[in-house]
Amino acid sequence: MVSGDTEAGARAAPVVMLEGASKSFGALKAMDHVDLHVSPGESLGLVGHNGAGKSTLVNLITGLFAPSAGRVSYPGASDHRMAGIRAISQEGTLCPNLTVLENLQVVQRDLNGWGWRRVAARRIRTALDAVFPGHRIRPDMLVADMSLAESQMVEIAIGFAEGPIPARLVVLDEPTSSLDAQVSAQLLAHIRRFCAAGGAAIFISHMLGEVFAVADRIVVMRDGRIIADRPTSGFSRQGLVDAMGHVADDRNQPGPTAQARNLGDTVLRTPEGIEARRGEIVGLAGLAGHGQAEALARFYLSQGSDWRSTARPSAVFVAGDRRRDGVMPVWSIRRNLTLAALETLTRHGLIDRAAETAIGTDWQKRIGIRTPDMGNPILSLSGGNQQKVLFARALATSAPVVVMDDPMRGVDIGTKTEVYDMIRHEAAQGRTFLWYSTEMDEILNCDRVFVFRDGAISAELEGPRITEENILAASFEFGDAA
Amino acid sequence: MRLINPRLALPILSLAILIVAVFWLQPRAMSYVGINLLFNLAVPIALATVAQMIIIMVNDIDLSMGAFVSLVACITAAILPGNPALGALMLLGCVLAYAALGALIEARQLPAIVVTLGMSFVWGGAGVLILPSPGGTSPVWLTAIMKAKPPLVPMAIIASLLIAGVAHLLIMRSAFGVRLRALGGNARAVSRAGRSTVRLRAMAYAVAGCFAVLAGMALVGLTTSGDANIALRYTLLSIAGVILGGGEFTGGRVSPIGAVIGALTLTLAGSFLSFLRLSPDWQIGAQGAILILVLAARLLVRQAEKRT
Repeated sequence: MVSGDTEAGARAAPVVMLEGASKSFGALKAMDHVDLHVSPGESLGLVGHNGAGKSTLVNLITGLFAPSAGRVSYPGASDHRMAGIRAISQEGTLCPNLTVLENLQVVQRDLNGWGWRRVAARRIRTALDAVFPGHRIRPDMLVADMSLAESQMVEIAIGFAEGPIPARLVVLDEPTSSLDAQVSAQLLAHIRRFCAAGGAAIFISHMLGEVFAVADRIVVMRDGRIIADRPTSGFSRQGLVDAMGHVADDRNQPGPTAQARNLGDTVLRTPEGIEARRGEIVGLAGLAGHGQAEALARFYLSQGSDWRSTARPSAVFVAGDRRRDGVMPVWSIRRNLTLAALETLTRHGLIDRAAETAIGTDWQKRIGIRTPDMGNPILSLSGGNQQKVLFARALATSAPVVVMDDPMRGVDIGTKTEVYDMIRHEAAQGRTFLWYSTEMDEILNCDRVFVFRDGAISAELEGPRITEENILAASFEFGDAA
Repeated sequence: MRLINPRLALPILSLAILIVAVFWLQPRAMSYVGINLLFNLAVPIALATVAQMIIIMVNDIDLSMGAFVSLVACITAAILPGNPALGALMLLGCVLAYAALGALIEARQLPAIVVTLGMSFVWGGAGVLILPSPGGTSPVWLTAIMKAKPPLVPMAIIASLLIAGVAHLLIMRSAFGVRLRALGGNARAVSRAGRSTVRLRAMAYAVAGCFAVLAGMALVGLTTSGDANIALRYTLLSIAGVILGGGEFTGGRVSPIGAVIGALTLTLAGSFLSFLRLSPDWQIGAQGAILILVLAARLLVRQAEKRT
């Protein structure tokens, strides 16, 4: 291992080097010409808002994706695994049906043959003792029987555990999300010890206090680029939040909705504290995965019954994950469109085909679905047009509330503009929209915004207070690391 | 380490209750010969159940188990006695075919339920081709093993213990078994760790194929003849056995010891109903009722566990 201080680290060869690395998914450019070196002994904080490219950067470094252009290299090693790069991801990469030591075996390839259990138990116990002294996890415990915090601790310990290839760079993506303050502090202390001993770490967190506590260099990402890369001492907390936002001049001019409009009475109120008035467009903001989708789903499911369906639903749902919650892949465009309004098209238990066709043609015109024939299969459409069909499906009902689960994800700008106009129009007619979005410009077009953090509302913004700075400030936590 | 997995408590309890009930109805069964007769036919079912368990362990289900075991029985009865080399080669081919199915299912992301349902007709057809009408003979050595009379403990019990022990070591204790179970638990974690999921699923199917081949051979050793329809019930019996033994359909949570106990319980349930002098017309329904009873008990236990 390389010796202690950062100066020695800076001279040593980097663990990973990105040179002009880009990554695109179809038309979407997730990362754009990023140059980054991470050297032994360095502790790097990575911050940015939704869609800034943090996960893409991490996935490139940990070898999950190959760059579309540019280079990712690991000096002195053939690939990320030989380079000793370990990833501790947010979504959980443990097998719940295995014990703690068996999970180590999944990752470490040298645990084979007689006595591998003894070796695995020793490695994981040593790592747990080192990172989380006083933990009460036994190597033969089943992950399914452990609490969320304990399995997170195991995942972290596996990342730092001794193995055939020693850990040289550990990437931690929101590692403290389910840990309490005391255990988080143990982790931060361990990361500092690990880096002091010559290891490197990349630390992603929405708790800026933790980032300041652990990182000696902070990289800020926005729109797939690195826009700031300086030693931690060069940032103030406010400066960091400002850096994550856009500069003021490319702000959207306020749309008609942002202007004063007559709003009706409060029509909905959820246990989380979301409120909306008739004709209001209410945005749910914050970092992805902080409880917005769950809050929407809870609200939507509480509106209907599992047993009966009704011709006049009180809410409709526009899915963001088209494949999972949206399209019926083998049905025609028309059938996909009329699905939610089916109850109104039914006469004597049969579907009125003429009325169905009429609705299909009407919405094709109104929302601009680009197809020669509404009888074509839905998958013949582009993603943006499929999304329009899902919008039309919701709007074709008489439901007064429309719930939207980040529906514009990965949709081209032209479609977006058309759908925004549609939403404004419908809102003016008295419909209420609950709109979870990970895109800042969509949130800025809302009448009222609830910012989520850690599953709860951290701020309610209205009118002129809906600004990128306020939303960013509410999305990230300023509290000091304990 | 816990001495007994709490998940095994219910399967063991249901087996014990059935054994007591059978001995109470028919005290003469409480003998070397009686026990051997009771559990004899459980041996091939136990092997098929372990095979099914391995498939379920990787989040798939095998609807061709019965047809495949029948095909193996046909090969064992028709070809193995006369031409051991060809017979062995064909059985090896069966195992490789299973491995190929596993690889295909993973590589093309096909639903196993469809692939195995289709394959069940292939296996059935091949069985009829090899042995058009019931018959054939069992290889002498196979009958000798299956009908051996070791002192003190009947062969059926020894075989069951052996199957449970080997499967437990292979699936629950070995590094190889851990990798296979990991595939059922979180396939993404496995591929992120840089392991080939295609290879692992092929391996799982190959191991399942091995146990299914042993099931077919054991069956012929007991019945001394083969038939293309001899083991069709095994498909559902093996699935029921896995679930009775504390396994789950998804998530890679299975127990080989439980699976063997489940197979024994199912076999015993049949005998229990005959001892009750229940008309055969009602037996299948009654067997189903026993199954529902045990599963309902399991559900209640799980819910109680969750509440605590």
